Amino acid sequence: MSDAESVADAGFDEWLDAAEDGKAYALECANGHGSLPPRRVCPDCGSTDLEEVALPETGAVQTFTITHVPTPAFEEDAPYATAIADFGSVGITGQVIGVEPGDVETGMTVELEITVSETTGERVIGFQPV
Amino acid sequence: MSDVRVAGTGLTPFGNSPERTGRDLFAEASITAFEASGVPRDDVEAVLYGNFMGELSEHQGHQGPLMAEAAGVQAPATRYESACASSGTAVREAVKRIRNGENDVLLVGGAERMTNLGTAGATEALAIAADDLWEVRAGVTFPGAYALMAQAYFDRFGGEHEDLAHIAVKNHANALTNEKAQYQSAIEVSDVLEAPPVSEPLGLYDACPISDGAAALVLTSESYAKEHDLEAPVAITGTGQGGDRMALHDREHLARSPAAREAGEEAYADAGVDAGDVDLAEVHDCFTIAEVLALEALDLEPIGEGISAARDGRTTADGETPINLSGGLKAKGHPVGATGASQIAEVTDLLAGEHPNSEHVDGATTGVAHNAGGTVASATVHVLEVTDR
Repeated sequence: MSDAESVADAGFDEWLDAAEDGKAYALECANGHGSLPPRRVCPDCGSTDLEEVALPETGAVQTFTITHVPTPAFEEDAPYATAIADFGSVGITGQVIGVEPGDVETGMTVELEITVSETTGERVIGFQPV
Repeated sequence: MSDVRVAGTGLTPFGNSPERTGRDLFAEASITAFEASGVPRDDVEAVLYGNFMGELSEHQGHQGPLMAEAAGVQAPATRYESACASSGTAVREAVKRIRNGENDVLLVGGAERMTNLGTAGATEALAIAADDLWEVRAGVTFPGAYALMAQAYFDRFGGEHEDLAHIAVKNHANALTNEKAQYQSAIEVSDVLEAPPVSEPLGLYDACPISDGAAALVLTSESYAKEHDLEAPVAITGTGQGGDRMALHDREHLARSPAAREAGEEAYADAGVDAGDVDLAEVHDCFTIAEVLALEALDLEPIGEGISAARDGRTTADGETPINLSGGLKAKGHPVGATGASQIAEVTDLLAGEHPNSEHVDGATTGVAHNAGGTVASATVHVLEVTDR
């Protein structure tokens, strides 16, 4: 973490802002390869022509874990469930919120909801089961 | 193209020694390696050194020249950083330099000081081998990342925590005779299953410890070894490296390690061997599930079947292909920057008949070392063979 708390991470913080407004997006090249920002080049084909496309409303949990021993930045959040969910052309890692960690399952349908770390107050990508 | 001989190996004990500096650890390992090799320090043409978290643990960057100095070598020195595969990549570069005729004698190794950070500090330091924006800030720790892979493996291929427990039990059993190992204690399946959870489904005994330690190798060209009449019967005959997308969520496979497969295929082809020729291997078992993924990536087990290899005895000391006879990262310890070079040292000693566990692989001629960085966004594989007794 940087000491300069006011400095944003170009691309990433704008994405979090958009996600908070319900306008999360992926970057896609003409070949349909999806990726997450910040990015200037498609990692699959090298295309530099990337377009923002809206993420689907919901995603599906591909795998998950319940973390009991966190880094200091999540000390007061543990235990928490982290999952990888697929949203159309991209996968996203986030914390599953609104349910007991033990109730998380592979295949669960979730929507994106930006939450905050109880420890640091920093924004965290969250998944809310629907 | 010259064969690359392992002329000398040196390891410090791996374990909990928070007061020891990186330079002290690497000095000890290099002294042992030089003594074992019979090679004078003056002949070393370069130092290739692996380290991952020196800035965080010791406030020390630019470690190449510092470590050359610690080893008493006056030669150009470079640090290689590839997370937990740092010294594996250093070895690979050394092999290429000797093969292309650029150098005849190199000091290669790595060290890591970790326990002075404490568990939380080391967990945070290790986490930076993942994607900071998209993984670390979502709360992913390293055990967490491997737990995501373990759950994906269970969902895709079956298996359960008890299968993984057998891997931990096996590697602890192998470490009983390894005096350099961090844990020289036997454990039982029930110990693993009853241990506190770290990142479910993985618990405390599914994870390698936080370790301090160093490894050093003196590598020479075949012509130098012959000219100086060195006792160096083991050669590195194959090298390979693979890469993958940084974040797990960007990968095609969550329950496989394509980077390790790529590295393994390249190393096997380079050495002119295949998985069937492998008598023993040291694989990167930072977590129990990592050993499963490594065995499958190296074609030592079919995809989806590596989970049962330890439980069914195929990879135990008296099995068909003993895996991690040193104790592995799980029981020997995992000072991350030292690990790749330490695996080469263990395979060399096992093949040379100079390891406490050599008796289990009597007559073995071919060994493999597999070193992984991050969640296997980086991997190196080396094939070692006995060329001359």
